[in-house]
Amino acid sequence: MMRKERIDRGVRVRTAGLYAIASWQEILYLVGPPLFLIVGAIILPILLEFAPYWKRVINIVCVYAIIALSFDFLANFVGLVCLGGAFFVGIGGYLSAIFNVYLHFPVYLSIPLATISGAVISTVLLMPALPLRGVYFAIVTLMYPLLATRVIEALNIMGGTNGIIGLDSLPNAYVEHYMVIIVMLIFLYGMRRFVNQDMGLVIRGVKDNDQAVRASGISVTKMKAFAVFVSSFMGCFAGAYIAHMYSWAGISLFALDFSIIPIASVVIGGGGTLLGAVLGSFILVPISELLRNFGTFRIVIYCVILTGFIVFKSEGIMVYAMRKYHQFERWVKV
Amino acid sequence: MSDDTILSVQGISKTFGGLKALMDVSFDIRRGEVYGIIGPNGSGKTTLINCITGFIKPGGGKVIFKGKDITRWAPHKIAHIGISRTFQIMRPYYSLPAYKNLIIPLWSPRAKTVGGWRGGGRHGDRDTVAVDILEEIGFERDSRVPYKLASTLPTGYQKRLELARCMAMRPEIIFCDEVFSGLSMSEIAGMLPLIEKMKEEGITLIMVEHRLRELFRVADRVMALNFGEKIAEGLSSVVIENKKVKEAYLGKEEV
Ligand SMILES: Nc1ncnc2c1ncn2[C@@H]1O[C@H](COP(=O)(O)OP(=O)(O)OP(=O)(O)O)[C@@H](O)[C@H]1O
Ligand SMILES: [Mg+2]
Repeated sequence: MMRKERIDRGVRVRTAGLYAIASWQEILYLVGPPLFLIVGAIILPILLEFAPYWKRVINIVCVYAIIALSFDFLANFVGLVCLGGAFFVGIGGYLSAIFNVYLHFPVYLSIPLATISGAVISTVLLMPALPLRGVYFAIVTLMYPLLATRVIEALNIMGGTNGIIGLDSLPNAYVEHYMVIIVMLIFLYGMRRFVNQDMGLVIRGVKDNDQAVRASGISVTKMKAFAVFVSSFMGCFAGAYIAHMYSWAGISLFALDFSIIPIASVVIGGGGTLLGAVLGSFILVPISELLRNFGTFRIVIYCVILTGFIVFKSEGIMVYAMRKYHQFERWVKV
Repeated sequence: MSDDTILSVQGISKTFGGLKALMDVSFDIRRGEVYGIIGPNGSGKTTLINCITGFIKPGGGKVIFKGKDITRWAPHKIAHIGISRTFQIMRPYYSLPAYKNLIIPLWSPRAKTVGGWRGGGRHGDRDTVAVDILEEIGFERDSRVPYKLASTLPTGYQKRLELARCMAMRPEIIFCDEVFSGLSMSEIAGMLPLIEKMKEEGITLIMVEHRLRELFRVADRVMALNFGEKIAEGLSSVVIENKKVKEAYLGKEEV
């Protein structure tokens, strides 16, 4: 006799973390999705040889995916809703320009240096906002990129409204693609690991119940600062990369787009999964690219998509898909 | 203040707006004793714990722990030197399984440095230590209970989890804010040996309770608060006969 059984049942019963795999079906069940994503992301640039216009879009998609990861981590694992993704992008971009154009560092040094120093600077600048809760933190982070723009304009520093031009571009198109794709995958799977490590649990504890974390003798401010560092690290990399991609760092790096589109991606993809942030970007950014012809009207289409998602599938695609995926069934002999 | 005083609270006051929640409350806790704090609803018991453990800043007064003035210290520093507490409004880390709730205190600098509790160590170790602590606190190791999501645990286990979270810190003092409330008689009976065991391990316990009968079975001394004022202190049998205490509780609770 045969009956149906959920595939995850057998897998789940065994000790968490260390899977003893019993069949090829279970192996596929566990490693299938990440394998699909990794292989997919890696062959994408080759596939798109046939659609040159879309090749550039891959880079933008990955950049937004990284910013979305940084938002998802802060919002859904630490409880800090950061509306200032553009701030990290701007800091990373400008720093990379300074390292590359003013200090003549080669591109393979300016990007990592901008990423690290940008994360340090962002963390220090956000320190005063860390004790703020909920909407207050959100407002402060929303103001930061606006403030940075005005400061650069008013003081006419770092190229003023023209920005800093003449950054070295990456050696060739393939380096350009694979650098951002691989870094995105590292961030994605690195973060997915990190949030389940002991320190990751502490950081998640801050979101669940910060009082209990304090009562456990751990400084909540320190944990939040570390989380902001991690998050801005990703954002600053994205900024440094874009600056080199466009060979230009200007005030548009602080534009609202870099704050809002990643958030929309997380909403669509599903918050708190990290994978959802990437998935959302892969859906939303190409759509936004298609809608370019519509000019400002695309904002309307955007809003409709977003509202539809929040109203009808507020959990996001990823959460939905994961639930369905875990419900896959197979036939077993009884 | 005698030699074996571990914690000395001197003239703590706190006002919320116009409300005097605590007025000049003083008491000394001896090392290793179980000290009960009783008082009607709103008499300031939780506020007192909050003032001592740093979660709110007292308006006046001093808290001395082992001769060191810790008044107005940040809560995590107070926890770090060995003063732990439970919360009256329990809120475990809901999204984590019960044993993972203990990873957080076990990860803390205190658990790592104070040692003795095999606190530090690799990832795998910490998980085992967490289950060990849960077992000591009354979770059946071989059952599935320690691995269940904290949000799905029954109240009795959530209370135990609160205590386990304190125990994981290897504290010297634990403030328990109404750990018996909401539990059935038999559940409380199950908790009493636990209290005794903590006492044997040399932990000083300060227990805020409404369940007087059960409290008096474990408490060495008791203090009564009413409208933010200390109205009596001493052996439980003496305190309960105190006229002011009887008045404060009159009609509220059968004793
Ligand atoms: N954060 C606060 N802001 C304003 N008033 C407060 C605050 N916390 C407590 N109070 C007030 O202070 C008084 C003492 O409250 P507290 O919670 O300490 O009482 P309690 O003895 O713990 O009562 P219960 O037995 O109900 O737990 C109450 O009147 C309460 O309303
Ligand atoms: Mg109370």
